[in-house]
Order: sequence, then structure tokens, then C-alpha cells
Amino acid sequence: MIARLSVLFLALAVVAAHAAAQTTPLLSPPAAFDRATIRRGAQWFAQYCLSCHSVKWIRYDRLTRDLGFSKDAVRQELMFPGGAHFAQGMVPTLSARDAAAWFGVAPPDLTLEARLRGGAWIYTYLRSFYFDPTRPSGWNNHLFPDAAMPNVLAPISGIRDAKGRLIQRGRLTPRQVNQVIGAITVWLEYTSDPSKLERERLGPYVIGFALLLSVVAYLMKRAYWREVS
Amino acid sequence: MGRLTAWVDRRFPFSALVRTSMTEYYAPKNFNFWYFFGSLALFVFAAQIISGILLLAHYQPSAKAAFNSVQTIMYDVKWGWLVRYIHTTGASLFFIVIYLHMLRGYLYGSFKRPRELLWLVGVALYVCLMGEAYFGYVLPFGNMSYWGGEVITSIIAAIPYLGDWLASVLRGSFGVGTPTLTRFVAFHAVLLPALLAVLILTHLLALHEVGSNNPDGVEIREHLDARGRPVDGIPFHPYYTVKDMFGVGVFLVVFCAIVFYAPTFHGLFIETYNFSPANPLKTPPDVTPAWYLAPYYAMLRAVPNKAVGIGILFAAIIAPFLLPWLDYSPVKSSRYRPVYRWMVIAFALTLLALGWIGMQPATPALLLPARIFLALYFLFFLSLPLVSRLEPTRPVPQRISAS
Ligand code: HEC
Ligand code: HEM
Repeated sequence: MIARLSVLFLALAVVAAHAAAQTTPLLSPPAAFDRATIRRGAQWFAQYCLSCHSVKWIRYDRLTRDLGFSKDAVRQELMFPGGAHFAQGMVPTLSARDAAAWFGVAPPDLTLEARLRGGAWIYTYLRSFYFDPTRPSGWNNHLFPDAAMPNVLAPISGIRDAKGRLIQRGRLTPRQVNQVIGAITVWLEYTSDPSKLERERLGPYVIGFALLLSVVAYLMKRAYWREVS
Repeated sequence: MGRLTAWVDRRFPFSALVRTSMTEYYAPKNFNFWYFFGSLALFVFAAQIISGILLLAHYQPSAKAAFNSVQTIMYDVKWGWLVRYIHTTGASLFFIVIYLHMLRGYLYGSFKRPRELLWLVGVALYVCLMGEAYFGYVLPFGNMSYWGGEVITSIIAAIPYLGDWLASVLRGSFGVGTPTLTRFVAFHAVLLPALLAVLILTHLLALHEVGSNNPDGVEIREHLDARGRPVDGIPFHPYYTVKDMFGVGVFLVVFCAIVFYAPTFHGLFIETYNFSPANPLKTPPDVTPAWYLAPYYAMLRAVPNKAVGIGILFAAIIAPFLLPWLDYSPVKSSRYRPVYRWMVIAFALTLLALGWIGMQPATPALLLPARIFLALYFLFFLSLPLVSRLEPTRPVPQRISAS
């Protein structure tokens, strides 16, 4: 038994060491999963990311239902002029996609990105860009070395070097920038599973009903079983 | 109502069936926690059939459309997410329920005479369930589906003589693609559910013929009252119908908590990597099977030679079928078998360990533990004939002990 346990222990240690080998630690986004944050994230996303990345499974019209945007707000703040359609998925218009082809790697669809990588990864990735004159784009990333994506948030976040020093200030303070990136992350968590909003609203009622059912069944069982010795 | 029943009864044995299988079917009065899982298995089976039919209304079995049709269910079909999460959660909980149901059989010696056939049908159900789960796993055609499909069919191809033919029948072409999906839908949504339904019915008929065992492992039918009823038995209905309803209620709480708050269960119930579409050019970091098949995967990887590995896998699946003929002890329940009791506990832990190893990336460090646990798995079965003959048992009560 003891030999078996120590073998198991050894195996666990190997796996733990494996996990610790990851260099850039992941940061958790300073943002709550709520409608207001998701809405802000959607606006930042439309402004800074939608020109390259699609979130094709999210149709514009569901944003009015899920997030409480008005139809006008969706048209003015989120949709790109020309090409986009209210009842269709959030996909960059053709000219934007041509521009993206310039980066060598096609920018991937991000609908399910948070499912695949997790929110912490996205948040950390967006915070890990640095100025790297050796790269064709001038950018590199600590978490995703040699990423083809430029630091599109530089105007607000400023520019940092490889050691994390601010070379050029951006429009927002570092705290504000983290909140913007956090909101974008929460938005991508929403796109990866929009049912989460509805699930968490309905959950207490459904589970409450199941609990009630259990209690009623338990009382019935007790009543019937009183006779059983 | 009375007249309708009478009308039916003259043409169909309705009331007689209700009597013989419910109101006058006597079950031991000392069923404990472990006896909830048979009715729970029935409940999950029904949930899988219903949610499966609803999914099938939108699913498209082709390499091009499958992944997208599943996303359509998640994003565009009203309540589609709920139906899919019920189906994925149900699949995993089905295995949890069945594993506990089987463990009960091991603990109380429910496979022993006269319940051998009931046990054989049970193990057959388990094997069908594994097939059912595998075919279903491939259908959404995420990248894990694709590579899972590739890996398992290539394992099958390595079976001596029949392998190539079997693999090509399953795949429907050289690789895993549209022909595979159309076949797998037929297996997953028609063939295996039908087989499961027939086997479940057979299982229940066999059960009612021999009667339930119980935690004490004594036969209640050996002590009858003046009217020929088991003294320690109670009518299944209403006593166990109300009790099982309570079990279903508690199970529903767990089920709903997962569906509404943790549907992927940290990548265990829906695998993370399956959220990217099938890609023959991009192997996932490590292809590991769903948690409920992981013990077998660990066994397979524990042996370097593929053909030998398949032989061992085959033996591991066959072994539980032989259980009634490996155990010679006249005592059924582990309550009165101190050695056997610890063997069952060690066996359950062995399976847990193998499952854990099966879900880790293949590292040399895990090779030795995998082999040790593989040996322990077979040791349980191989030592049973001897242990069951030599083991000192505790006195078994004549009748069900007061509990
Ligand atoms: C100028 C076009 C462009 C813009 C604008 C852009 N990206 Fe990217 N992004 C790319 C490209 C190209 C890649 C692929 C990088 C690679 O694979 O090397 C990428 C990759 C990513 C990835 C990693 C995908 C993976 O491989 O898992 C994430 C996450 C991401 N982008 C998020 C964003 C967010 C959030 C924004 C808005 C703040 C944004 N991107 C704006 C071009 C862009
Ligand atoms: C679809 C899967 C299955 C369903 C729906 C099912 C259903 C049931 C039900 C309703 C019972 C009576 C209630 C109970 O004893 O808990 C039962 C008993 C039993 N089942 Fe299953 N079962 C399934 C799979 C299995 C498997 C995989 C095995 C074993 C390998 C098994 C072995 C047994 C045995 C031995 C009994 C009698 C237990 C006793 O009396 O102690 N069953 N089953």
C-alpha cells in the first residue's frame, strides 16, 4: 500500500513540475462577468479588434437581447459601415480582412477563444506585448512569442520594452488599461458561451425546483416507510 | 378508468404486469445508498434519448457541416445550449451512475448464483455504453473528436486478421471523414440505443425472475410467510417507487447544478480542445480519451506492443464477465468477507488510478505506475478463485440483519 502510494506521489510530482515549467504566469482579469462589463468589452472590441478578428457565431441582433443594447447603439457603436448585416454574425468587412492578410497569418475567429485558452490567457496575452525592433511588425509578445499580431492597443496603453518599462505613455493610465483589457476578456468569455448569462439567471430556480422535489419525495418516502419495521 | 382497465386487461395483461412487477414484486427491505443507481441509470437513459432526439433535429453528419451545426445548436437554436449540455452532462453522469451500480454488484456479490445472467447482461450493457459514448464523442467533429476517431479506429485496425476490415467498415473510407460520421450517427442514434433498450429490458426481466440481492447477501425468498411472501420483502410499489423518486430528486439537483454552472466540468465533460474544429493537420497537444474510458487507455499505453496491448484491453473488458465463475465463496456480501472487502476497495482505487494515468500526457515516468496498476487490475480477478476458497468468512445471518 505504502509503495503504491509513493509511486502515485512521484507521478503527481512529475506532473506538477511539468505545469510549473510554463514561464509567463497567467494573470486573472480584474473584471466581473456582468452585462455592463460585457457591453463595455463589446465596444472596445468593435473599436480595436473587429477590424481583423471575427466573432462569427455572435449575431449582432442577439446583442440587443442578451446585453440590452438598443438597435441604434449596435448599429452606431459596434457594426462596421458597409457589408455588415444586423441579423448576421460579427465578421470583419471585406476590406478589413484584406488588410489583415498583410500580417501573414490570418487573424483567427475569436468566438470560442476563451473556451480554448481561458480568460486568464487572453488577458495576459493582451498585456504582454512589447516593442521589439527585430520583428517585422515591431512587436513581440511574452506569452505568445513571435505572434503575428501587432499591439493594437498601443494608443491607449502606451509602448513598453521587453523589460516592461514604459517607453511611451498611452492615453490611459495602466489601471484603466487593465480594466479595458479585462472588459475585452469578459466579452470574449461571453462570446464563447452566451448561455452563461441565461444559465446563471435560471439556475437558482431550476435547482430550487429540484430541491423542492427531493424534499417532497423524502417526506412521502418517510410517510410510506413508517409501517416498515 | 375501471372500465378502461378491464377492457385493456381482456386484451393485454396490463393489471397482471403491474401486479407481478410492481405491487406484488417483493424487494428486500434493507436496500441502502448503493441501490439507487439502477433506477438512476434508467432515468439518465431516458434523458439521453430525449435530448439526443432534439439534437438530431439540427445535427448534420458531414465533415464540413458537423462542427458548425453543433455551434448552430449552441448559438442559434432556442434552448439548444440546454439540450446539448443535458446530453453531454448526461453522458458523463451515466458512467458515474453505472460505475457505482457495478461497484455495488462487486460489494454485495450480486453477480453470484442465481444472478449470473443478470450480471452478464449488465456487463454487456456496460460494453455497449462504451461504444455508444465513443460514437457520440466523434459526432461534433471538434479536433478531439477527429483525433479520437483516428486513434481508436487505428487501434481497431491493429487487431490481427479482422482489424483492417473492421476499421474500414467503421471509417467508411481511408480516413475519418463524412462517411465515418454518417455511419457513426447510425450507430450512435439507432443501433446502440436499440440494443441498449433491448438489453435493459432483458436485464430487468432477469432481475425480476431471480429477485434483488441486498447488502446482507441473503436470499429473502428463502423465508416466506404463510401466504408465500418473503418475510423480509416489501412491495416494490409504493415503497421503492417513492424511495427512488427521492433518489431522482437528489440526482436532479446535482445534474442541474452541473448543467447550469459547470457544463464543461473543467474540460472533463466537454473536452476543451473539442472547441476547435477537426483539423487533420493539427494534432492536439495530447490525445486522451474521455475520463470514463481513460483506464483502458492507460492499460493500452502501458504495453509497447500494439497487438499485445489490444489483447490486454480485450482481456480487461472480458474479465468482469467471468466474475461469477471466478468467485467460489458461498458468502455473497463483502460485509461478511473481510479479505474480499479490501480487494474490492483496492480494485476500485486501482481503476481510479488507471483513469488518472490515462488522462495524463504519455510520459515515461508514468509507465511504471501504469504497469503496476494494470497488474493489480488483473490480480483482482486472478487471485479470486484462490482467495474465495481460503478466505475466513464471518457468520452470515439467516435473515436480513436489523439495520
Ligand atoms: C491588425 C489585425 C489585428 C487586430 C486589430 C487584432 N488582432 Fe489579434 N491577432 C491578429 C493576428 C494576425 C493573430 C494571429 C497571431 C499568430 O498566430 O501569430 C492574432 C491573434 C490573436 C489572439 C490569439 C489567437 C490564438 O492563436 O489563440 C488573440 C486572443 C487575439 N488576437 C485577440 C485580439 C484582441 C482582443 C484584439 C483587440 C484588442 C485583437 N486581437 C486585434 C491580428 C489582429
Ligand atoms: C443501461 C444500463 C443499466 C440499467 C438501466 C440498469 C438498471 C438496473 C435496475 C433498474 C436494477 C434494479 C435496481 C438496483 O438494484 O439498483 C438493476 C439491478 C442490477 N444490475 Fe443493472 N442496469 C444497468 C447496467 C448494469 C451493469 C453495467 C451491470 C454490471 C456489470 C449491472 C448489474 C446489475 C445487477 C447485478 C443487479 C442486481 C443487483 C442486486 O440485486 O444487488 N447493471 N439494474
